[in-house]
Parts: sequence; C-alpha cells; structure tokens
Amino acid sequence: MTMNNQGRPTAPGTIESNELPTISGDRGLDHEEGLIFELGRKGMTSVDVPDVQMAETRLGGQRRKGAIGLPGLSEPEVVRHYVRLSRMNYAIDAGLYPLGSCTMKHNPRLNEKMARLPGFGDLHPLAPQSTTQGALELISELMKWLTTLTGMPAVAMSPKAGAHGELCGLLAIRAAIEARGEKRPRILVPESAHGTNPATAAFAGFVVDEVPGTKDGHVDVAALKAKLGPDVAAIMLTNPNTCGLFEPQIIEMADAVHAAGAYFYCDGANFNAIAGRVRPGDLGVDAMHINLHKTFSTPHGGGGPGAGPVVLSERLAPYAPLPLLVHDAKGFRYVEDRADVPKDAAPFGRMCAFHGQMGMFTRALTYMLSHGRDGVRQASEDAVLSANYILASLKDVMSAPFGDGPCMHEALFDDSFLDGTGVTTLDFAKAMIDEGYHPMTMYFPLVVHGAMLIEPTESESKESIDRFIHVLRTMALEAKAGKRERFEGAPRLAPRRRLDETAAARKPILRWKPKEMPQAAE
Amino acid sequence: MRYHPLTAEDRAAMLAKIGASSIDALFRDVPKSAVVPLSTFDLPDTKGELEVDRLMSKLAAKNTAAGSVPFFCGAGAYKHHVPSAVDHLIQRSEFLTSYTPYQPEIAQGTLQYMFEFQTQVALLTGMEVANASLYDGSTATAEAVLMAQRVTRRPKAILSGGLHPHYSETVETVAGLSGKVVRAPVTPGSAEDIPAMIDNETACVVVQSPDVFGMIRDLKPIAEAAHAKGALLIAVVTEVMSLGLIEPPGHQGADIVAAEGQSIGNGLNFGGPYVGLFATREKFLRQMPGRLCGETVDATGKRGYVLTLSTREQHIRRDKATSNICTNSGLCCLAFTIHLSLLGEEGLIRVARVNHATASNLADKLTKISGVSLVTSSFFNEFTIKLPKPAAGVVDALAARNIIAGVPVSRLLPHDESVRDLLIVAATETCTDDDIDAFAKGLSEVLS
Repeated sequence: MTMNNQGRPTAPGTIESNELPTISGDRGLDHEEGLIFELGRKGMTSVDVPDVQMAETRLGGQRRKGAIGLPGLSEPEVVRHYVRLSRMNYAIDAGLYPLGSCTMKHNPRLNEKMARLPGFGDLHPLAPQSTTQGALELISELMKWLTTLTGMPAVAMSPKAGAHGELCGLLAIRAAIEARGEKRPRILVPESAHGTNPATAAFAGFVVDEVPGTKDGHVDVAALKAKLGPDVAAIMLTNPNTCGLFEPQIIEMADAVHAAGAYFYCDGANFNAIAGRVRPGDLGVDAMHINLHKTFSTPHGGGGPGAGPVVLSERLAPYAPLPLLVHDAKGFRYVEDRADVPKDAAPFGRMCAFHGQMGMFTRALTYMLSHGRDGVRQASEDAVLSANYILASLKDVMSAPFGDGPCMHEALFDDSFLDGTGVTTLDFAKAMIDEGYHPMTMYFPLVVHGAMLIEPTESESKESIDRFIHVLRTMALEAKAGKRERFEGAPRLAPRRRLDETAAARKPILRWKPKEMPQAAE
Repeated sequence: MRYHPLTAEDRAAMLAKIGASSIDALFRDVPKSAVVPLSTFDLPDTKGELEVDRLMSKLAAKNTAAGSVPFFCGAGAYKHHVPSAVDHLIQRSEFLTSYTPYQPEIAQGTLQYMFEFQTQVALLTGMEVANASLYDGSTATAEAVLMAQRVTRRPKAILSGGLHPHYSETVETVAGLSGKVVRAPVTPGSAEDIPAMIDNETACVVVQSPDVFGMIRDLKPIAEAAHAKGALLIAVVTEVMSLGLIEPPGHQGADIVAAEGQSIGNGLNFGGPYVGLFATREKFLRQMPGRLCGETVDATGKRGYVLTLSTREQHIRRDKATSNICTNSGLCCLAFTIHLSLLGEEGLIRVARVNHATASNLADKLTKISGVSLVTSSFFNEFTIKLPKPAAGVVDALAARNIIAGVPVSRLLPHDESVRDLLIVAATETCTDDDIDAFAKGLSEVLS
C-alpha cells in the first residue's frame, strides 16, 4: 500500500495556518471567480463577425426592442473564467468517485474523439436518409449489442436519460394493457427503489403501491405476491437492487408477476454489475432501460446529458415509440410516422423530437467495441470484486447491514458504527472531501438508516482502493475513539465550507440581477 | 484490457481477502439457470484503440457531414459556427467527468455555470426565472404543458399548427395521458385563429415562433386571449439564435417559454444530445420541473451555489414530484453558457443579423426561379418555399448533386397532401455566397 504523504495537510493546526488571509483573496492554485455578468463590459465580443447593417428586415414587425443584458468579454477572459470554475470541481479523472448507484467509471477519450467525427457530430437529424446511412448503421449496431447483452428482442433508442427510459417502458406497458382491453391502474414499487421509479409511475398516470423489503435487503416476495391482482399493471424492480444485492428470487417474482397478467419493468441502473454474465431477458424482464452513462461509460458531464434506451420483450416490442429503424434492400431508414409502420407495430407515441442521443450512441458503441464481450464481462466482474473487497475490508470497523454475504457492484453500510460518537453520516462523508475523495452516496437507499453506498467501479487499481480503504478505516476508528475534530464542520479544505441550503430554499436567488434590479423572490 | 487496472495477482489477492474461492462465488445469488457462458453472446472480443478508430471512422465516412456540402436544413436543429474554445473547455476533466453537483463544496464549478446559464436563459427569453435545463426543446415543451395543467388545474392544451410536428407528438404522448391535447390546423405562412379555440377548459396554448415553417408569430394577441380565459401561453422557440434579433416571448406575454438551445454551443449530432431551455414567471416557480441552482453562502460567509427547491424533485418527493426528470443536459448546458459568454450581447446580435441577411439573400435568389414562391412573408433564418413539384423528390435529386437543400414538410407531415410541395430552408452564418449560388443553380436545374 502506498500512502501519499505529500498530500494536503489534514491536521487541525495546519488548517488554522492555512486560513491566513491572502491579499488577493485567492489561495495558490485556488482562485475565487466572480460571475460572468460581473466581469464583462459593453460592446466587447469574442466572436469576430461582420457587422451587417440592415435597413430593412423581414421580421414581421417583431424586431427586438431594448437590450438583452448580456456581458461582453474577449476570448482569453472567457477561457480563464471557465477554467477557473472547472478547478472548483471534483472529477473521476482526478480521483476515486465512490458514488453508489451512480457508476462513476473511467470515460475513455477515444469515445469523445469518435463522437466528434464530422460524419457523426456534424450530421443533421432530418438530412436525407441516403446521406446518413453510416449513422443509421451505427444505431443498428448499437441496438444489436444492447439486445444481445440483455437477451431481449427489441430496443427503443430515443429516451434521453434513465428516467425518460422508465417513462418509455411504462408507456409501452400502458399501451399493451390498453390493447388487451384492460384497466390496471396500480404499479408495485419496492421501498428501496430509486426516486425516479415512483415519480415515473405517477407521471405515467399510475398509482404507486410500495412493496416492503426483508431484513436481509431483498424484496419481500410474499408481500409482493399478496399485492398482485388484476389491477396491477407492472412491478418496477431494480436488479441488482439499490442495496447492492442481486434478488435471488427474481425468476419466481417475474413468474408471479406474469401469472397475474402484469409486466416486469426492471430499472437497469445497476446492469453494470451483471453485463456479460446474466441476461435480463432470462430473468423474465419485459422492459429495462439502460443508462448508457453508467454501464457504457458515456460521461456524466456534471449531470447530463444521459441516454436511456429501453430493451423490450416480445410482448412489449410492438408498442415501441416512433421512430422505428428498419433495414431492407434499400438500406437503413427511419419510419417516422404512425401511418407507415410495419404491420405488427403499434407505437404508443413519440418520446422526443428526432431520434435520441446520437452523441451518446457513438460513445457507447465505441466503448463496446473497445471492450468486446470479454471486456464487458471483465468490467462487471472487476466492479463486483472491488466492491466486495471494500466490503470485506471495512465491515469490521463500519457496519454493513447485510454484510454476511457477497454484494454486487456496490457495498452498503449504515450508520450504526457511528452510534454515540456524535458523528453523523453527513459529517463522515464530508470529512472524506478533506481527504481528497468525493463522498459516497449518502442516505440512499432509504431502507437503511444513515446509508452509505460505495461503488468503486472497475476503473480503480488495487493500490487506489487500498489507499481509500486505509483512509476510511482510519476515519471510522477515529470517530469511534471520540476524535471528532476531523468531522465537525468538514470539509475545511474544499473551495467552500458547508453551504447554507436552507437559506437558499427559503429565499431563492436563482439568477444574477444588475444592482438596480431588486431580487423579486422576497 | 487497457481500461482495467486490476491484474490477475490483484484479483487473486482480493478474492483471498474476501474469502471467496472464485469470482463465481460472488455471484452466488444469481439463479444458476441465468448464468450464461461468454459464447452465448454473438459479439466480437476486445479491440485496440486503433482498430476501433478505424471501424468508427469507416461508419462516419458513409455520412455526408453538413460542413462538407452546401447545407440548408433546419426545422428544429441548426448548423452554426461554435467557437473552438467551447469544445475545448467542456472537455476539461473537471466538467466532463463530474457527477451532478450534490456535494456543493466540491462542485462550485458546475453550480456556478448553472447559475450563469439560468441567468442567460432568463435574459434571452425575457422571463423572470429559468431552470438548469431539460433534455431538449420537445421534452421541455411537454413539461411546460404538464406544468400549465398543474397551475390551472385544467385539462386541455391547444397546439398551434405551426408547432414542430415532432414536438406536437411528444406533447400528445405525455400530456395526452391525463389531459386533452388539441391540434390547430396547419396553415403554412399564416396564423391560424387560436384565440377562437380557447375555452374555459383550456390550460394552455402552445405557439412556436418562429414557427416550424419559419414564420415569426405575433404572440401578444394570443397571450391576451389566453389570459382573458384564464389559460397560459407557452411560447416555443426552436431556433434560439433568433432571440438576438426578435422580441423575446417574455416581452409578449408568455407565461412559460420552452426552447431548444442547440443552436448555441452545440453541434447537430444527428438529433441529440441537445439542451432544453425552460423559463417562466416567478409566481409559478414551485410548479416548475427540473433542476434549479440557487445562490447562498457557506459557513464562513463566502458566496456559493447549491441545487435548491429540490422538494419539487423525484429524489425527495418520489411519486408527488413535479416531474420524473433526474438529470439536466449538463455538458450541453455548459456549452450553451460558454458560447453565449463568448458571443456576448454584441456578438449574438451580430450573428443574428448575419443569419437574417443570409436567409433574406437566399430567399430572394430561390424565388427568382420559375415556379418557386415564398410561403412565409416574415422569417428569421429559415423560410418555406413552394415548389412546382413534390419537395421530397427535389431534395433527393439535389442530395445526389451533393446539395442538402432543406427539410421537405412531407418528412414531418407525410400524409398531408396540401404540404407535399413545401420545402423548409434554413440559412445561417455558415452559408457562403458560393453555397447559395450552388443551391439556386442546382434547384433551377432540377426543376427545369
């Protein structure tokens, strides 16, 4: 194990000296940076464009009156501004990012390069289809990877994110039920589910009914079966679940759901634990979204854009939304209108304009081709191995609520090891920031008290994981020994100390305003 | 595999620490019948970077990049020049490979640009508040309709015939579930009588300007008619560059603005990812969908930013949330923010003027061709022409000559005979005089 002894000092005494004010307000490499609106001036621009004067316009009398209020800056000023902002962010490229259920794995740069090839990046969605055959072939190839890896016959490519994919899946289920001439208003959602699951079910017009979990972190199968009935449309189940566990009775649950005439929606957020080893189609799944930004490593980008294609079973495939990609003797083409769809298709509608997140498709396919089936499987295995290694290395000092057996790609701890220490999950997580780590996922899943969910992914070396384990072990032991200094008020070494979120919500300031304009929210 | 740091020795040591005999032991909860051998997957094995680059480049070469030919497609996605600094900056690791800024102490970079983005969108649309972006213009429009249904507690949405048909279909798919969606007739080049359609059931009217045919709509009378009946006006903008030159919807009485922000900062990308802009009035704030960033202070009093009002959102409210949306368009929203910062007021207005002048020039040249007439008397950088024969065939014939002539209306409304001969043509600052001459020459040859 190698420890970096030249890292940031963490002893409290040093923190004090570090707080000596500087004249500039900046601190070494840490620059304070105002808003872009506070930096610019009138008349300046970074873009040299001819100043076309128009005596006459054809704007239908709608020419803009009055200024917009945007600042003007030169290119070096804009570049410096955003470079300085970037340096206030943590990133997977800079350090281990153990956010459980978020899958912060390495983002290969080849993927970025491929997405920017002019033949993909500079292609219009409505250009004549004869000029976009390569793009359609790429999408078709990606569809093949997704259906093969999941063992499902069909995939809807247009959903723009995981939650959008959930909506797509539920709308397909809704359409299938309507086609059967039935009304099934209820959707069963385990209480450990991601928040998007109940939100999507409600969004799609269903009533949410929660299924309790067992003491060992699984869905209570008996409770699930008791809730099934002719008014249940579907179950939305995450597998591996949000406690980081595979549902051992998954096939039995799927069978029960199907026997009740309902559908099995699987939240595919954790597909990265099983890709290349287990096919959701073999588990009885009817619909599952795949977060390309998780399993297939398209960058998270500070919160988007994502992509959430949805694989569909034979029973749901006919209801896939427009557009539909077809391949015949004339080549590839998108069928974009309901009146032109193949005989057996009955699309429920359209998820968005155009055809989905092509930029993400390019990256995901590049990832798949680089990995190959063997690399995809290895990624899943390494992710699971690393999570189990962390679980095994920390469970004696932290508390693992379901710690006896192996976990999948993420290790879950609760806060019982902090009982009586005065240190909370939040304090513990924020203190990780001072150690150079992004905190793990906190307080989720909701079924565990003070949850801490750690997902190392396959991208970390053993040395990196060992160092992380050493830091967390030491922190846990210090907390238990009553040494609270490290935790109280942490973080101390980040660009900002804890921020007042209550004040932000009570009196929202959601935009910059020039001095003479009052903030209207009060 | 170059992306996997663990060695065979590492794996063995880790298994030993875990006390597991093999990797398979870690998957013991998976039913035996569901574990498949690698050979089950009819897919290739791992490849080196060079090999993948070759394969992907070969696919890319089968497409005609917009920048490689005279190019005139619009209809909701526009080719603009994006300064080099934008793509360089958004690829900085700290932006590209960070997560949603849930830990604000180490995510001020993301949060501050979101705050700047919200401000820019509010200024540009003339509205009071904006969120930190939605997926794209079409889903933003659907969210706007749902929000109007929540605010007014009324079921009906009236969609203008000038709304991009893909947007109409998206709204129908989502907002048709709980409410009623009515489409006004399609009247290229003129305004349908929307005020006459508004009744006491109406939650909102949705009007795009410039509309899908390029015509600039007068939103004021529609806003007045809607407000008189207690309904909201949702203004849709698919070409956000137009706001450099035309009156913003916020100054014309719009209650919600849903827009596609792709034109600023983002490439065509064959339809996505793009960035949905969403702005509204302060009084509707708590009914708004999507992420919001707010200003606050840290424990030492320093200004900082956090995600706020998350009690509207799915991770807190679950089935009571205003929307199921969980992401924004992060990096696309950053690209928008940087590009607009580079443009500034002066740059945006100048680029907008160049767009209008270029489109005017193109319209004049095309309508000199016998049998070609201008359908939209007003426009920004996009207009519709009527051809003496079906537009789809003309576009294909021009594509064969390496000219991408625009979007035939029949691509969007394939079974409406009345629009069969209409072609939507866009011209931005990227079009040269040579491009325009090539188009005019090609079109007159194809028509003769």
